[in-house]
Amino acid sequence: MMDRVSRRALLKSLSMSVAAGSVLRVIPLHAAEHAHHAIEEEQAAGAYTPKFFDAHGYKTLRSLCDTILPADADAGGALEGGAPEFIDMLTSENTEYQEKLGGLLKWLDATCTTRYNKTWVDSAPQQQTEILDQIAYRKNADSDQSLGKPIEYFSFLRNFTADGYFTSKVGIHYLGYKGNTYLTEFPGCPPVPGV
Amino acid sequence: MLEISPRKKVYDVCVIGSGAGGGTAAKILTEGGLSVVMLEAGPRLNPDKDFKEHMWPYQLAHRGVGVGGRQAGIGDEFMAPNGFWEIEGEPYTTAPGSSFRWFRSRIEGGRTNHWGRIALRFGPADFKPHSTDGMGDDWPITYEEVAPYYDKVESYIGVFGSKENVPNAPDGIFMPPPKPRCTETLIKKACDRLHITCIPSRMAILTKPLNDRDACHYCAQCGRGCRTASNFSSSQVMIPPAAATGRLTMIPNAMAREIVLGSDGKAEAVSYVDKSTKTEQRVYARSVVLAASACESARLLLNSRSASFPNGLANSSGVVGRYLTDSVGSDLAGVFPQLEGMPVHNHDGVGGMHMYMPWWLFGKKNDFLRGYHIEFGGGRDMPGVGGFQYACDTHEGYGVSLKQAVRKSYGTIIGFSGRGEMIPNENSYCEIDPETKDKWGIPVLRFHWKWGENEQKMANHMQATFRSIIEAAGGKVLGEEQSTPPAASAGESHQIQQQPAARISEGGEIIHELGTVRMGDDRKKSALNRYCQAHDVKNVFVADAAPFVSNADKNPTLTIMALSWRTSEHMLDLAKKGEL
Repeated sequence: MMDRVSRRALLKSLSMSVAAGSVLRVIPLHAAEHAHHAIEEEQAAGAYTPKFFDAHGYKTLRSLCDTILPADADAGGALEGGAPEFIDMLTSENTEYQEKLGGLLKWLDATCTTRYNKTWVDSAPQQQTEILDQIAYRKNADSDQSLGKPIEYFSFLRNFTADGYFTSKVGIHYLGYKGNTYLTEFPGCPPVPGV
Repeated sequence: MLEISPRKKVYDVCVIGSGAGGGTAAKILTEGGLSVVMLEAGPRLNPDKDFKEHMWPYQLAHRGVGVGGRQAGIGDEFMAPNGFWEIEGEPYTTAPGSSFRWFRSRIEGGRTNHWGRIALRFGPADFKPHSTDGMGDDWPITYEEVAPYYDKVESYIGVFGSKENVPNAPDGIFMPPPKPRCTETLIKKACDRLHITCIPSRMAILTKPLNDRDACHYCAQCGRGCRTASNFSSSQVMIPPAAATGRLTMIPNAMAREIVLGSDGKAEAVSYVDKSTKTEQRVYARSVVLAASACESARLLLNSRSASFPNGLANSSGVVGRYLTDSVGSDLAGVFPQLEGMPVHNHDGVGGMHMYMPWWLFGKKNDFLRGYHIEFGGGRDMPGVGGFQYACDTHEGYGVSLKQAVRKSYGTIIGFSGRGEMIPNENSYCEIDPETKDKWGIPVLRFHWKWGENEQKMANHMQATFRSIIEAAGGKVLGEEQSTPPAASAGESHQIQQQPAARISEGGEIIHELGTVRMGDDRKKSALNRYCQAHDVKNVFVADAAPFVSNADKNPTLTIMALSWRTSEHMLDLAKKGEL
């Protein structure tokens, strides 16, 4: 683990270890490799305080993210990947996102209240499933046009959750991206049938 | 008028701009013994602070996309502060009915910091377009005259590639190319069937050590800055040797305002705004090299008005700002099911493509003039924000099955980008906006833009070609409604974008704008002579892409450096004869 200050100090010391006699501001590969591993260890610390959603809204958001991309036998899900934090932060900076996610949460609570006399988070799992199955598929708007907006909003949140999860440490590992490292030679494409 | 101090320092050369052209000029001129003062409109580059090399998206506050998710691509959080489409307080305008975007890099090294490193020589026909097909004008110089300078530049900066003898796409001095990625193997096979030439790309990235620079370590992140300088940038490869001579004075945060004429009718100084102190300053030099980028150099000349040059310095021909072109761009992406479930492997490679398609129909009869090359990328790149929309929109729903569907489709999208030649036309040019000034009080540029019919035909041909390649390779074209930009390699400077069929890029969007201070033998039709020296003012030179007479389907940076090297050597010759 390294904090930002020590990372900066490390990079500074690296930049001073420039190859002797060189006028270029470059660092040798072995030093760069060391810096890479140090950066990899770096972690953001501290609990997240929502910037846009209130406590109820953030609870709803977390619940939705967890449902969209849950933990499974292979890997943790959207919550472990920090998708709610990512979504809240960007939403606090973007009024279009606020409109869409605010609209989705409002629709979910209003619909759950009408049907079950409860908010979304307090509804039973099968009640939540019933609602989500209505807005998780575009074709449902064909028979009920009033679902058009909620479907659009949910699709937006689905993409947003995927962005947050699959760019997290756990999500990247789940996808099987293997790179961002140092190779002395690029091996090219491994033997794959059809490619 | 400022009082001229009797003790004022007079440099041999003032170079305006520190990018491909300015950096090359500074290196050659200082190593040749001249004193150079360089004005850079932005700050010094600080690799410690500015480079995001090897960081993961989750280590950045916005996972790479910037505040509000609005900076995807070239301006994103991963990139060094390399440049922007819009700069606070430094606007430009467009004429009614015209649309044009102007990317500017206000930082040491300029646009070479984010350059895609695609290093293609112009071919013999590219210097003689009028003789070839009757349109446009010929350059005053030939390929054979420039070739020795391509040799010098490639030998110094390091370019990988392969000897191929493709007509009008000359081979250079190459390091070995990297092996192809799976996506490239797949597309190459389809191209072979379609008789489309697909060969190793030519990029300014080292595959072997060169002059204290280590070889590439294949992290695919060139655009984020490279701590080992295994890719080329002026800031890391041209400026340091110039500084090491002790003859380079770099003045950062210096926004050039005007070239000042002396009583002898020659340039004697450059006035500039020191952005850090907001004061007016002036440097004196025996000669001036403009390398501020094509449009910025034109702006500077047009803003340098005097009794002898009421229409702008070195502009008795009236061509300054005219003949503005950009590359013709059009993109299309496809999804390839056979890439599903690929074995986990490192797909990164260099920051950009390992293979490309040079114009393969040169000399054939087509329904449009000139040609284009194809760039392509995609596959199992570092996952990035925006890269999962296709999988999400296709699968819909939620839960474990969605998660698995995204994993299955990861790395299956390949995007194609055509980059073609635009023929200059009288409707595309820039001029000084009579009303608007930037925050430094400098009048800004107003752009006029119109693609010609030839460019639209070319874009249509690109779309048809991409479609045939995608289908021949067993893929499916992604429709507009599935407009998902795949997470381009984090180091790629151009994100792959899906466009409506037959869409043509916006003027300036490909960031190959050039031609605005063109060279020629006829001083009535050109501003510069065959050495990029002003016809009207003999101690003014231009060393960016402004002198270009045509905008071949070859990215301009390598040619900028070759011409700047050539102009700089000419200046050293003049200095020896006491004529500078």
